[in-house]
Amino acid sequence: MTLLDARNLGKRYASGGRDVGALDGVSLTLCAGETLGLAGASGSGKSTLARVLTRLVPADGGTVRFDGEDWLGLSGSELRRRRAKMQMVFPDVLGAFNPRATVAPVIEDPLRIHGILPKAGRGREVAALLDRVGLPASYAARSIRDVSGGQRQRIAIARAIASRPALVVLDEAVSALDVSLREKILELLVALQAERGIAYLFVSHDLAVLAAVSHRIAIMDAGRIVETGPAAGVIGNPQSAAARALVRAVPRLVIEQEDRNAV
Amino acid sequence: MRVVRNLLATPEGMIGFVLIAVLALVALFAPALSPGDPLRIAGRALTAPFTDPAFPLGTDRLGRDVLAGIVHGARTSLLLGLAAACAAPALRLCVGLAAGVSGGGGAPGRVGAGRALPTLPPFLLALAFDSVAGPSVPVVVLAIALGAWADPARLTRAQVLSVRERDYVASARVIGMHPAEIALREILPNVLPPVLALSAIIVAAAILTEAALSFLGLGDPNVVTWGSMIAEGRNVLRSSPFLSVFPGIALVVTVIAVYLLSEGLGKALSDREGAA
Amino acid sequence: MTMLCAVRQLSVTYRGQATPALAGIDLDIHAGERLAIIGESGSGKSTFARALAGLLRGGASVAGNLHWAAGDPPRAGRDIGFVFQDPSASLTPVLTIGEQVAEGARRHLGLSRKAGQAWALAMLERVRVPEPAKVLRGFPHQLSGGQRQRVAIAAALAARPGLLIADEPTSALDMVAPAEIVALLGDLVRNAGMTLVFVTPDIALASGFADRVAIFRDGRLVETGATGAVLAAPAAAYTAALIASHRDLATPPLIREAGR
Repeated sequence: MTLLDARNLGKRYASGGRDVGALDGVSLTLCAGETLGLAGASGSGKSTLARVLTRLVPADGGTVRFDGEDWLGLSGSELRRRRAKMQMVFPDVLGAFNPRATVAPVIEDPLRIHGILPKAGRGREVAALLDRVGLPASYAARSIRDVSGGQRQRIAIARAIASRPALVVLDEAVSALDVSLREKILELLVALQAERGIAYLFVSHDLAVLAAVSHRIAIMDAGRIVETGPAAGVIGNPQSAAARALVRAVPRLVIEQEDRNAV
Repeated sequence: MRVVRNLLATPEGMIGFVLIAVLALVALFAPALSPGDPLRIAGRALTAPFTDPAFPLGTDRLGRDVLAGIVHGARTSLLLGLAAACAAPALRLCVGLAAGVSGGGGAPGRVGAGRALPTLPPFLLALAFDSVAGPSVPVVVLAIALGAWADPARLTRAQVLSVRERDYVASARVIGMHPAEIALREILPNVLPPVLALSAIIVAAAILTEAALSFLGLGDPNVVTWGSMIAEGRNVLRSSPFLSVFPGIALVVTVIAVYLLSEGLGKALSDREGAA
Repeated sequence: MTMLCAVRQLSVTYRGQATPALAGIDLDIHAGERLAIIGESGSGKSTFARALAGLLRGGASVAGNLHWAAGDPPRAGRDIGFVFQDPSASLTPVLTIGEQVAEGARRHLGLSRKAGQAWALAMLERVRVPEPAKVLRGFPHQLSGGQRQRVAIAAALAARPGLLIADEPTSALDMVAPAEIVALLGDLVRNAGMTLVFVTPDIALASGFADRVAIFRDGRLVETGATGAVLAAPAAAYTAALIASHRDLATPPLIREAGR
């Protein structure tokens, strides 16, 4: 069942100079419960595509059908209501959380806004969500600043799944984390997908991360999708120059001395 | 509140707070501390300070009590400063928020007005307004507020634009938060600290502007202010400098207190944000 | 192996912090080697790099000793070159690339302005920046992140230091650049007989070029040794965990079936 069908998306940036991050006729589809990995170097347009799809940035052209509706045609309170179905996890950098926030409202906001539960039940749901992402319920009272990087991303994930979305867009969601934490977050995401049937659009420059969680992978280069296919196929047999560069860029553990001196 | 505790923890905040508190108390209890009309003729003219216990700071050319003038003048100065400080941020927060939240193309008229006004130094603006509308306390307050709102409006807009680009604002949009709620809960609290710090400077500037206006004879003639006292003392500066010096000192102390408080406030608020 | 620097019981505590950033580090740095300092966030690896280079923030209390073979501590810019994580941090936006790259050479090697520019051009060619003559006259904002980092490396090497310290030089860049930057550093160091100390959280990246690795955790040195030996048979459980958590394209995916 096709959940998301984007056709011919375009985006130009008005500021002169290099046309970095622009989109040029991008089309993609995503089925319910599957993960599409979106790979590309910086400037390839992958983050722009994520923001166009989540309606953070207006598209200059193209159509998107999401959950059976004309997604780009929605606006105002209609759009806000439908947003429950498409959520986003941002990169864990300084600006990702309101510095004055505490954990509870961060997770409760989507519950409140979409009227998912009456006020009485929300506290329990927040605790349940925290538990599901592997954090103790006591974290609800903590200030965001007192929470570590990996834990913040868990909270971000709890916030994203609170409104029971059909699709979550993850924009470099694990790139800023230590490698050991990364693995745990990826495991959490895969488990949530199996449980709740959530589809993911996973944006990353790191093909190894995408290889871990994607069913299909799309490669972006200079605002276009240059290759798409099953994950194993794109990685094992990259056709485009961009894909080959991304594959080459993944560091491999080199144990033998000869291989090392060849660098 | 944590902010108040942080504020008092800094030396600037503590000193500023204490000084302002003293001034506020003096202003509040002016009628009790110095009963009667400060502008009435109380004693012999030009009594030197520290000579007559009835007039500890002396009297002016007309025999008016200098201490009474200082005490009641505190009332006017602080009231004025506060009024201007409240009017100005109310004006600029509305304009700045609206301009920033609606984005670059949203409010060209308002922002344009903001750009036009500050080409005149705030004092001259106040002067012009005062000359046209006639001197009285509300007119002076409005004039100062008008002169003071534009710069902070631009600062607010710049802050809002910067905060608006942060991922947590994007996150609020993605979960479907209403734009008004985003403005109030996500943007406003993070925009406030530099704007608040600027507020304190507005207060100080307001007090000084009022003093200058009074000095030039454009203030309200029915109330005593430090500015008018300094103007009065100008005529006998050589023989009785204390007439201008005491209100001058009062002005300096007040302005320094306000600056110290704003420094402390800035530190206290930024400590809250902490190193992320 | 001749010693370049013997680090003995190095401890660093930042002002206002209760726990030390580094606690009792004992490490030898050999002349001409490529040493990778590996650790996660909070391990103290950046603090170590800065302590070596004498770049610690004022107010940090330092204990222990750095015994330099040359006797005197190395002079910044002359004996040590430092490459920062963020290339924008080491390049000023208001000077041309040429001026910045030449600066170290002019100051420490006493070159004239013209000679300095010629030197800078040669350096830009060595770091393989495309169109070096054009870049020489240009400004940092006109370059991409990867190119800026190459320029930063050129500037760090300008005065021909004996030791180059790179603090996560590829972390701020997208994936396509790191392998090349690392290879570049490895080449430059080998050709010039320099010593390279490379700080990174990525054990696989380090394994591609380092002769020796030093694993840091929570301010302590966990393990050190020849790269092959440590990776093949890690002595510490933490090292083994780091190796195990590394994920590359050959690691089996987490999802059950790929492709539908």
